[in-house]
Amino acid sequence: MRNFDIEKIRNDFPALSRYVHEKPLVYLDNAATTHKPQVVLDSVADYYRSFNANPHRGAHFLGVTATELYEASRETVRDFINASSSNEIIFTKNATEALNLIAYSYGMVNIEEGDEIVLCISEHHSNIVPWQNVAKSKKASLKYMYLDENHTLDLKEVYRKITDKTKLVSIAHMSNVLGTIYPVKEIVEYAHQKGAVVVIDGAQSVPHMKTDVRYIDADFLVFSGHKLMGPMGIGVLYGREELLLGMPPFLMGGDMIEYVEEETTTYAELPYKFEAGTPNVGGAIGLAAAIEYLSEIGFEALHKHEIELTTYALKRLKELPYVTIYGHKNPEQRGPVISFSMKGCHPHDVASIVDTYGVALRAGHHCAQPLMAYLKAPASSRISFYIYNTIQEIDILIDSLKKVRKWFL
Amino acid sequence: MSLESIYTDIILENSRSDHNRKHLDCANCIERGHNPSCGDDIVIELIIKDGTVVDAAFTGSGCAISQASTSMMIDLIRSKSVDEAKVLADTFLAMIKKIIEEESDLEILEDAIAFKNISNMPARVKCAVLAWHTLKEAIKRKQA
Repeated sequence: MRNFDIEKIRNDFPALSRYVHEKPLVYLDNAATTHKPQVVLDSVADYYRSFNANPHRGAHFLGVTATELYEASRETVRDFINASSSNEIIFTKNATEALNLIAYSYGMVNIEEGDEIVLCISEHHSNIVPWQNVAKSKKASLKYMYLDENHTLDLKEVYRKITDKTKLVSIAHMSNVLGTIYPVKEIVEYAHQKGAVVVIDGAQSVPHMKTDVRYIDADFLVFSGHKLMGPMGIGVLYGREELLLGMPPFLMGGDMIEYVEEETTTYAELPYKFEAGTPNVGGAIGLAAAIEYLSEIGFEALHKHEIELTTYALKRLKELPYVTIYGHKNPEQRGPVISFSMKGCHPHDVASIVDTYGVALRAGHHCAQPLMAYLKAPASSRISFYIYNTIQEIDILIDSLKKVRKWFL
Repeated sequence: MSLESIYTDIILENSRSDHNRKHLDCANCIERGHNPSCGDDIVIELIIKDGTVVDAAFTGSGCAISQASTSMMIDLIRSKSVDEAKVLADTFLAMIKKIIEEESDLEILEDAIAFKNISNMPARVKCAVLAWHTLKEAIKRKQA
C-alpha cells in the first residue's frame, strides 16, 4: 500500500482538473461512473496504438499478443475477486449485460412454474427487469425483501422471504441509492440451505470494498468496469464453474464455437462459450489497469478515506434543517453514497443549480423506481464519493446547496 | 448560461402556484405525461365541449420547470379552441427547438415565453416540454 496522498491521486485523473461553467469541477456522481486515471487511459491507447488485433484467431504476432493481453486481464480480474479459475470470469459489456446473461442462460432454463425469485426492494432496474421477464415467462413469482426503518435489511426479513420454493435470490451488495451494505454472506448461506442460487450485483460494492467470491460463496457476481475507474463498455460476470458449464450460451456467433456444421454447432469451452463475437480487448486491458491502480492504493486506505468523507458529508448535511437524508445514519454501515431531499426544491432543480457552481451530482429516481415508491420519495439528489474526492469539495457542495435554497424561499 | 435567465420570477411563482393543481369532476380527456429518465410525472385533465377546452387542470409531481410549464400551459389553453391549443403547443415546442425565434411569432404564448431560455440548458428541456407533449397526445387521442 502506498502512502495515501490525495493531491497526488487527484493529479492522476486528468478530468478532475477541468472547469465546468468556469468553476473547478466537483465530481460527486461516482455511483454513476468514475473518472479514469492516466494509467488506464494510457493502457487503452497503448493497446490500440501498438497491438490492436482480433484475439483468439490468426497466427500473427499482433493477434497472439492481443490474446495474451486479453487473457492476462482476465487473470487480473480472477485474482481481484479471488475466483478459483479464470474459466469463471466472463467479460461482458457491463453489469446489466451480465445480469441478462444469468437471467436468460440460468433463469429461463432452471426456473419453473411456481418457483420463487427473491429480490431486495432497493435493486437497480437492471436487477429487477430481467427477473420480471423470467418470472412472467416461466409463471414464477417475484418476491421482494423490504427494508427496516434504518433502510437496512433485517435478516428476519431474509428468513421470511427465502423459502423452500425459492430458486434464485438476486441482490446488490450495496444499494446505489441508500449506500446500504447488505449482509450478502448471511443471505447466501441461508439461500443455499434452501437450495437457491444467489446472484450478487457488485456494481456499487466491488469498486469500494474487497470482494472475495469464495468467502461470500456467491454463485454469481456481476460488476461494471467503468464504476471502478475502468473504461465504459467492459463488465464482468463471475459464475461458479459447475453452474456455467451447465448453462447454454447467451449470444451465438463467432468465438463461442467449437465446430460448426450446416445444421449443428458444438460450443467452445469456458469462458469463451459466453463471449460471442470480437471481445472488448481494449476495455479488458483498461479494466485490468484500473484494478492494478486500485490495488496499489489498497482497499484499506480507500475505505478510511471514504469513511472520512461520508462522515463529514453526513455531518454537514445534517446542519441544513431543510435536508432529509435517506439511508443508515452510521457511516460504517453504508458505502460512500448519500441520497437526500431538500424541502421545497425538487432534485432536478438542485442538480441544475449546483451544476452552475461546478458540482456534479445525480438527481432523479436513480434507476430504482420501486425503492423510491417504497420510500414515498419520487426523486432524490444523490452524492457519491470515490478515491479522489476531498473534504473541500463537500464544503463547496454545502455552500452551493445553501445557494439553491435561496431560489426557492 | 445564467440561472437568472432560467429560474425567472414568473417561472418560480408559477411553480409554486397551486391554482391549476386539482381534479376536474367532469374531465372527458385525461392524459398522463412522464419523463422516465427523471421521474417528472403529471396528469392533465381537460373538459372539451364542442371543440373548446372549457376547463383544464393537472396533478402530479416534478421539478420547478415542469410544474411551472404545466400550470402556465393550463392557464393558456383554458377557454381556447382545441385547434388553438394545438397551435399553442406547436409554437411552444418550436420555440424550445429554436425553430421560431421571432418575438412577434411567440406572442401568443404570453407568459410562457419565459421558457425560451431553457434551450440554453439542454438537460432541462424535457422538463419544460413535458406538459405540451402531453397536451398534444391528449388531443390526438380525443380526436382519434
